[in-house]
Amino acid sequence: MSSDLTVAPSTAPPGAPARPAAPRARRHGLPLGLLLPACLAAVVALLPLAYLAVRASERGLGTVLEVLLRERTALLVLRSLGLAAAVTAVCLVLGVSLAGLVVRTRLPGRRVWAVLVALPLAVPSYVAAFAWLSLFPGFGGFLGSTLVLSLCCFPYVYLPVAAALERMDPAHEEVSRSLGLGALRTFLAVTVRQVRPAAAGGGLLVALYVLSDFGAVAILRYDVFTRVIYTSYRSSFDPTPAAILACLLVAITVVIVWGENRSRGRAGYARLGGGAARQRRRVALGAWTAPALAWCVGVVALALGVPFAALAYWLTRGSSAGFDGAELGAAALATLGVSALGALAAVALAVPVGVIAARYRGRVPRLLEQAAYAGHALPGIVVALSLVFLAVRYARPVYQEVPILVLAYAVLFLPAAVAAVRASVAQSPPALEEVARSLGRTPGGVLRSVTVPLAGPGVAAGAALVFLTCMKELPATLLLRPTGMETLATKLWSQTEIGAYAGAAPYAAALILLAALPTFLLGRRWVPEEKEDAT
Amino acid sequence: MSERTIVHSSELVVRGLTKRFGVTDVLRGVDLTVGEGTLAAVLGPSGCGKTTLLRIVAGFDTADSGEVAIGGRVVAGPRDALPPERRRVGVVPQEGALFPHLSVAGNIAFGLPRKRRGTARVAEMLDLVGLGGYGDRMAHELSGGQQQRVALARALAPDPALVLLDEPFSALDTGLRASVREDVRQALRTAGATAVLVTHDQQEALSMADLVAVLSGGRVVQAAAPADLYAAPHDLDVATFVGEAVVLDAVRRDDVAECALGTLPVRLGGAAGPRGTVVLRPEQVVVGPRGSGVPARVAEVVFFGHDALIRLDLPGSVPVTARTQGAPPLLADEEVGLSVAGAVSFFPAR
Repeated sequence: MSSDLTVAPSTAPPGAPARPAAPRARRHGLPLGLLLPACLAAVVALLPLAYLAVRASERGLGTVLEVLLRERTALLVLRSLGLAAAVTAVCLVLGVSLAGLVVRTRLPGRRVWAVLVALPLAVPSYVAAFAWLSLFPGFGGFLGSTLVLSLCCFPYVYLPVAAALERMDPAHEEVSRSLGLGALRTFLAVTVRQVRPAAAGGGLLVALYVLSDFGAVAILRYDVFTRVIYTSYRSSFDPTPAAILACLLVAITVVIVWGENRSRGRAGYARLGGGAARQRRRVALGAWTAPALAWCVGVVALALGVPFAALAYWLTRGSSAGFDGAELGAAALATLGVSALGALAAVALAVPVGVIAARYRGRVPRLLEQAAYAGHALPGIVVALSLVFLAVRYARPVYQEVPILVLAYAVLFLPAAVAAVRASVAQSPPALEEVARSLGRTPGGVLRSVTVPLAGPGVAAGAALVFLTCMKELPATLLLRPTGMETLATKLWSQTEIGAYAGAAPYAAALILLAALPTFLLGRRWVPEEKEDAT
Repeated sequence: MSERTIVHSSELVVRGLTKRFGVTDVLRGVDLTVGEGTLAAVLGPSGCGKTTLLRIVAGFDTADSGEVAIGGRVVAGPRDALPPERRRVGVVPQEGALFPHLSVAGNIAFGLPRKRRGTARVAEMLDLVGLGGYGDRMAHELSGGQQQRVALARALAPDPALVLLDEPFSALDTGLRASVREDVRQALRTAGATAVLVTHDQQEALSMADLVAVLSGGRVVQAAAPADLYAAPHDLDVATFVGEAVVLDAVRRDDVAECALGTLPVRLGGAAGPRGTVVLRPEQVVVGPRGSGVPARVAEVVFFGHDALIRLDLPGSVPVTARTQGAPPLLADEEVGLSVAGAVSFFPAR
């Protein structure tokens, strides 16, 4: 996972000697000012999981086995894995094909497509589910869930694959062509191989998303883990089966996260020399232009067109159905408030972990980072359930109060925040900090005068991303929100549950607007600021 | 901070420094003394541990054993090491590493105590490196050579006892390199700083430094003034690494050595031994008319502009290279006579 794993150059260009592999990251001297807060973050991140395990095993091994060995449990595992596999397969096809078209061909309007095909990321899966169900009553089940989740998730494959294609050094393909391989064989032997890690990473993200998704499957009434955990918790006085199922779900996601890390770890990329990779030529589509365009139009129509059509339809209907603006305003305010607190908490916990992960090596930094990433494997419903149990037993006063919800957000989105901090710290070379030390600054002074100012914009962007993710969060908010408080997401949920589609539409629209912002920015970042090649 | 203006003794003494990364011994007992006001070059091939040595002196890495003293004060010893911020060692890294969020003036003022930041010191340093009036620019608005000069000004601004330069010119293109080298040398001279320059470029080391230390196999094999190092290398490795060399089998008798180029005077000193090799520089080989010395035949002439290399075949010997000024009036296969100017170095067979 270390970014310093770049392969030692075997051939050095003349005049630029291969540096000895001097370890640039420090090995020791982890300052307490960083270590202690990082440990706190790790404890917070691991707390829900640990407590869930305690709770699940409280009634003894017999109960655990009894729940695990139910026929229904086996069916549940099959259904969840089946849905994850189907959605992942569809997303790989959509994501890789669209990335190839947008990045490597002269598709008409490719800059517009580059943004459009990233936008479905901004449609929360439960909003999409609401849209489809409201337009086509009776929509749902395995096929319905597969369709809706695929249309929401394929950007997870598209974005990294497009980025990998963009980054790829055209020299590799040119060398392959000069060695006598044709265009198609070059694509298969060189291009696909280099894109494979990105696609695999994206695919695993999709699988993870599907396993932890609650809103869409719940609205579409397809019984997978998250929905069953929720109903089992809601409908029974005995929380143990829900806790046991939650643990099983975590076990499955952990396997997937492990797989994702492995696929990322092997995606090495070495490029020698200071020169930037040259711009590549794009493939002319010729007679394939029309089918390619039809493909893009079709995907975007289903992924964006349907939700927007549903919203437009219900919004126009809703104005006559007596829509309460004050209620929407209150929900929006509440959403902004708890999300801001959640983002602040997540970033505050993430800064020490991210700085350590970027700048120090060894067992302790690695463990701290891995602990902080625990939320990555924890579906929202699981974290929520665990914190409910914890609060009911040990912290009654904050049960269904804002702090416990903020804590849930912090646990869930700590990985995103740590990744942002780590990446923005790692971006500036350690030499800058060393120079600052040699100019008389203490480690703390270096952090203040060099590390933080340089990483600041990246960390702020990370905080904004976490903020917007909090706004969309459904399951934890549903279980942990203060009594009487409604956020946009919970309001949409409760209106959809009772079939009040017109009443749900304004909340869905507000959510999409909020969520579109970062996706739009993300999409723009992947579109290179380049001149069209003049040939 | 008036004591900063007092001239400190700033001799650098490195004793028995060792460092091991995993299974590799990078430094195996480095000894080096750099006198006050001296510009020393640590010269060695890639991977010989030069950068590691520099990082230990700066305090960015710790040594396994050995000692570093600056101005008589031990900054890294067997027991503990002074943190970098308390060593008064300025560093100019390979790519300059200017702080991208600060202006040129902000970079130079970075190491100054707070009350001196707005003072004339920044302007003085800018003038020193020939960049007067550039204070408001940002790092990315400067050329590579200008960035390196700002990095030097930043390192010199707090009056360090010692300045370390880590291959500061390798990122610059050839044309720029020579002029930036000269600027840096002038600035270091004017500041009177003790400096250690790490480089793999022997030309750079020979042309810039007062003292060149050749680092090989984790040890300093020879430290001498550039001319002495070139003329009297300590062993065959140094001889062939520093400049081009003509290496011939030889037999030594008292003060002379017999080899394919005749009986040549041996430079005094060096180990004795009847059999071994002589080393001389191509410019010591004088190419005369046929019949004037040792007979040879021109194999090839390689012309560089300011000089030329002539490869010569000798009967019963490996080929020999001679260097001449300008273009030699010679053709391939021409018969010539060779003689040798000056003394040669003799190294007994191991």
